[in-house]
Amino acid sequence: MKNTSAMVDPTLIYKRLLTYAALLLLAYIFLFPLIFMIMSSFKPEQQIFTDLFSLRALLPVGDISLKNYISVFEKSAIETMFVNSMFITGATVLLGLLVNSLAAFSLSRLRWKGQKFVLASIIALLIIPFEAISVPLLMLVAHLPWIGWENGQIILENSWLNSLHVQILPMVANTFSIFLFYQFFRDIPKDFDEAAAIDGATPWQIYWKVIVPMSGPVFATVAILQFLNMWNQYLWPIMVVQGESVRPLQPGIQQFFGTTTEWGEIMAYASMVTIPVLVVFLLFQKKFVRSMASAGVKG
Amino acid sequence: MMADSAFIQPPPATRVKKNDSLMRRQRFYGWLMGSPAFFGLILFIFVPFVMALILSFTDQRLLSPNPTEGVGLRNYDRLLAVSWLTQDAQRDEQSKLVLDEKGEPQFERLRKVLRQDPSYKGYSELSAITFSDSRVVLLAKDPIFIKSFINTIKFAFLVIPLQCGAALLLALLVNMGLKGTNFFRTAYFAPVVTSMVVVSIVWTFLYHKDIGLINEFLSSVSFGLIDKINWLGDPAWSMPAIVIMSAWQGAGYQMLIFLAGLQNISEDLYEAASLDGANSWQKFVNVTLPGLRNTTIFVIISTTIAAFGLFTQVDVMTSGGPADSTSTVMYHAVRKGFREQDIGYGSTISVVYFLVILAIAMGQKYYFDKREK
Repeated sequence: MKNTSAMVDPTLIYKRLLTYAALLLLAYIFLFPLIFMIMSSFKPEQQIFTDLFSLRALLPVGDISLKNYISVFEKSAIETMFVNSMFITGATVLLGLLVNSLAAFSLSRLRWKGQKFVLASIIALLIIPFEAISVPLLMLVAHLPWIGWENGQIILENSWLNSLHVQILPMVANTFSIFLFYQFFRDIPKDFDEAAAIDGATPWQIYWKVIVPMSGPVFATVAILQFLNMWNQYLWPIMVVQGESVRPLQPGIQQFFGTTTEWGEIMAYASMVTIPVLVVFLLFQKKFVRSMASAGVKG
Repeated sequence: MMADSAFIQPPPATRVKKNDSLMRRQRFYGWLMGSPAFFGLILFIFVPFVMALILSFTDQRLLSPNPTEGVGLRNYDRLLAVSWLTQDAQRDEQSKLVLDEKGEPQFERLRKVLRQDPSYKGYSELSAITFSDSRVVLLAKDPIFIKSFINTIKFAFLVIPLQCGAALLLALLVNMGLKGTNFFRTAYFAPVVTSMVVVSIVWTFLYHKDIGLINEFLSSVSFGLIDKINWLGDPAWSMPAIVIMSAWQGAGYQMLIFLAGLQNISEDLYEAASLDGANSWQKFVNVTLPGLRNTTIFVIISTTIAAFGLFTQVDVMTSGGPADSTSTVMYHAVRKGFREQDIGYGSTISVVYFLVILAIAMGQKYYFDKREK
């Protein structure tokens, strides 16, 4: 673009070829394990090994079938874990969007006493990584009460362990999400709210009818970050979930990996865990990249 | 309707009152709308954080019939206490060194020595360095924690340059504006959206000593000179293996941040450099690198903090082994706090872990403040 007139310059062409070679080599390094995983998932065990050291490892050739996938469904409760992961991720993302954007709205567009202190506290909490509180949080949720529902009866449970809500509720309120929403809302001109307020709109109406419709990009950013984070969550589920009925996919595949020696099946399981995210990523690629970059820079 | 009444007849008295009620309404809605998040943050971040501080001074267990008792600083002592002793090699009656089959000098059994001296109560061997006829034995009350701490630092020191360097290279290549850039950017970013568990499993296959592609590749590019490396089974190679994989997984993310940084560097600077006759390398050193300074610091700090949380790769690939060579601070915290259900001790590790993160963040702030001046 910069040097259209110099296109004929042979050193430039040479340089460009070299750059492409580097780009391609790196693309190969970064994509190889993923393509290999997906291709191997369709192949019988023996063929994975014979294809290994040729280009065939990256191609859907030879004895291609869904046998590995069928065995995964036979050997494990992957469908349950899939539903669990979808539910946990979906619920956390939706609740998180609502709760965190409301908090950011309250902090950025309303005036109340103690606001500055609350904002400063949230920024202070940003520095605490989840890893640093996971052990005491485990202690806490092991002793929290919950009203459950079993066989048409309300029962009082005395622990949150081995449940879906223990994987959702602690993850909903998120300092970083609030921070991203706050920064975005703060930059929307105040005139909009004031006009609406003069028309008699309540803060709730201003939030819902004025701010939310204008904030598509930040909602997308937070949703994408939370989706990735929750779908790939591993540490917390292994700590709070023992049984298979509420286990999500990441601990699920780890357990499957520990009990199976069939690489084709492991690759099939891994592909099923990964493909939903890859599809979402490829569909919303531009948004993904922009979200991650903006979140990274702001963080 | 309300707008009408406010506009048409606004007597001063009611106006003040209206503002007052507006303020009250803002306060009410402010708390109401913020409360779900504030409640969540207090219950699930602040309370556990305070609990960690308190529990680290107790012998709390996850589920125990016995009442919890305060133990003072015992957990911290158990976690951090280190000591050392020297031993002389054993000699026979003629005061000649007693050597074993390999010609190594012999020392008295350490367990016996430690048991004899009450001041070494609770200690066990961390490592030993032998000089011809004597040796220094480093002792710790929790040698695995000390090893885990060192491993974590080792991981950070290896992964930061590799990952950040790779990310910068990717960003520079992608930023050249060639056709197909979008494809390459997507390709480099793909591992970031893949879960660490899946990445670890696939790489366990690639790292396999006999059938792994990485050994095969190394052997073919070196014409068989490089011997098969037992990547995950050899204490010398297990951590580098995890480092390479982690850098591969994360570099695409930092590439994006570097790309954003690169786009903030003004074109004018490059043009000015061109006019001065600078070549590409000089432009890189004198324009690009200084322009990326803040981005680089940010990337390094965030990678450092992430590196200190290293857990998933270790749990999936090596379970901390072989010979504790990949055990990390977080892995040890989970081992104690969750697997052994020793909440008090696990909390102590969490507190120490948090203090390290805090120190890194403070260092960052200090550095930035100093630069501002």
